[in-house]
Amino acid sequence: MSSSRYRSWGGYPKFEQPATALSWRQQDLPDPLDQTESILPFGNGRSYGDVCLNRGGTVVSTRALNRFIRFDRDTGVLRCESGVLLADILVLAVPAGWFLPVSPGTRFVTIGGALANDVHGKNHHRAGTFGMHVRSFELLRSDGTRHLCVAGAGDNQELFAATIGGLGLTGLITWVELQLRPVEGPILKEESIKFANLDEFFRLSDYSDEHFEYTVAWIDCLARGDSLGRGLFARANHAQGIDALAVGPERSLKDNGLGLGLPFTPPFSLVNKLSLKVFNALWYGKQQQRRVERKVHYRPFFYPLDSIAHWNRMYGPAGMLQYQCVLPGDEGRAMLSEMLKAIAASGQGSFLAVLKMFGSARSPGMLSFPREGVTLALDFPNQPDVFRLLNRLDEMTLEVSGAVYPAKDARMSSESFQSYFPAWQNFSAHVDPGFSSSFWRRVTAEL
Amino acid sequence: MQNVLVFGATSAIAQATVQLIAAQGAGLFLVARDAARLDSIADDLRVRGAPQVETLAADLLDRDRHAEIIAAALDVFPDLDTVIVAHGVLPDQKSCEADASAALEMIDVNFLSVVSLLTPLANEFASKGRGSLAVISSVAGDRGRQSNYVYGAAKSGLDAYLQGLRNRLFKSGVQVLTIKPGFVDSPMTAHIEGRGGALWAQPEDIAQGIVKAIEKRKDVVYLPGFWALIMLIVRSVPEWLFKRLSL
Repeated sequence: MSSSRYRSWGGYPKFEQPATALSWRQQDLPDPLDQTESILPFGNGRSYGDVCLNRGGTVVSTRALNRFIRFDRDTGVLRCESGVLLADILVLAVPAGWFLPVSPGTRFVTIGGALANDVHGKNHHRAGTFGMHVRSFELLRSDGTRHLCVAGAGDNQELFAATIGGLGLTGLITWVELQLRPVEGPILKEESIKFANLDEFFRLSDYSDEHFEYTVAWIDCLARGDSLGRGLFARANHAQGIDALAVGPERSLKDNGLGLGLPFTPPFSLVNKLSLKVFNALWYGKQQQRRVERKVHYRPFFYPLDSIAHWNRMYGPAGMLQYQCVLPGDEGRAMLSEMLKAIAASGQGSFLAVLKMFGSARSPGMLSFPREGVTLALDFPNQPDVFRLLNRLDEMTLEVSGAVYPAKDARMSSESFQSYFPAWQNFSAHVDPGFSSSFWRRVTAEL
Repeated sequence: MQNVLVFGATSAIAQATVQLIAAQGAGLFLVARDAARLDSIADDLRVRGAPQVETLAADLLDRDRHAEIIAAALDVFPDLDTVIVAHGVLPDQKSCEADASAALEMIDVNFLSVVSLLTPLANEFASKGRGSLAVISSVAGDRGRQSNYVYGAAKSGLDAYLQGLRNRLFKSGVQVLTIKPGFVDSPMTAHIEGRGGALWAQPEDIAQGIVKAIEKRKDVVYLPGFWALIMLIVRSVPEWLFKRLSL
């Protein structure tokens, strides 16, 4: 099978990835193409770095496992195969009055990938991570055994905890049962508030997290001095009553909204110092009033970048590196400002950096990333200088006992990973001996 | 489409097509070899909105069962209005060259079994004066090539059969649709080197084209559409030159 389709979203690292597929959940796992090597499940390729890649081994595409199994419209319990996209679930669930309990920044991830990366969203302070809403799943291991893992019940509690956020290493998830949350319609009531610096961001967050289910901020990461950390704060709740209803039916998942996209990869990155500066300044300036209120459909609110197909291509053939860290406690708040200074001084930042406060809820996942504190996410064009900057950010994260998000990583050292995720050794006991990934080999390399 | 009978329902193209049809609220009767796989598909289609889904496990090479299968479908859906024929096997050309029985079996599954199914169904629809017969053929039927000519011959025979059937049923108001997919990324083509390139389509894309072609009552569709142009060129190469090419 050709392999050019099996890349991660960041386009780095890039290599020919051999692939096979599992088309039916009743089937046995396919063998690796090279019998001596490992396999790794591959969903829709939306993780950024190398957690979805297996250099020297084989990936097993799960996209043909795209069947629903049952949906209880009264209780909002949905069971489906692991290759179903969150976009497909929304098309089914929203007209029935249900919504994803947790939405990542794109709806084009598979439910298996959402579980395996224990993704989070704008409601982490209320709902925690995706894995906390998983009721059960089935795991298919390379020895041919199948394991039913049920949240809080049965014999497989350790395997359940290892698989939530387990990066696909504990076996192939064949199906997932998820508890959806009720909504009255597809519309949210959103407020957008301009803030001038980080102190204002923290004040807004502390207040808004009490009153709004969804909160997130975008900051201009090139601003310095008094404007350090200026940006726009978005907060929203699901609309109720007549406000919740939108005109028109749910559209198919093929519908990308605007129909915009990059049909091919430009020969160089469109993201450079000049374009960044202009974009960030324009974007911060576009909102005139301090506070704007509006009703908005869930698609542009949760998935703004989904409307530009293949937006990752604007970074050119070298691709990009995403960086997301969480910085706990008061030291974390102070460290955030140091980090933003370092990024602004480097001039390398991305169009927009995302800031959000994670809540105190802890996922059962052994390798789950979110923990209480402030999280910062941004992307960088892949240039030689960027690796030094990211190593510096890793050190700053470590100083405040934070962590870096594996789903977005392509380069953190094994030393960093093992400090961020002290449970990794317990976890490794549950890794399927026939499974591995580029990420896993990198972060478990001998120190 | 109100009530749809699908042969070869577990194929990748058929699965993607019935997902779309189920979401439109049509009833479905699915036929394929593997009962467990049919059950998986039926569950999925019920969740997606199909009011009624029935399945029947059968090997369509067993032509003696065809009458019974069709009777069962008409029993469930007396107002059956659409038939989709999606079963087929992409043979290993080399073994067909070495062994006539392998070649004949491929002609059987890809051509004769379809004739056996469509003959009574065409009469059924003709007597009702309505309905759609949508049959998946292939661009391979447009010209015999050394790499794939047994499959191509079966599909070419099928194309001619459908042309004549369309001509015959036109006055009865029955649609006969010949569907010619190009390269489709599916388990049927999993062994082919170089898949995933610009000429390759996903089953979901083909499925949208099929549903649209049935709704618009088309006669012949190439999916994706650019294959019409490619095959026009392939057909127009003179035979004295074509025979020298490695295709």
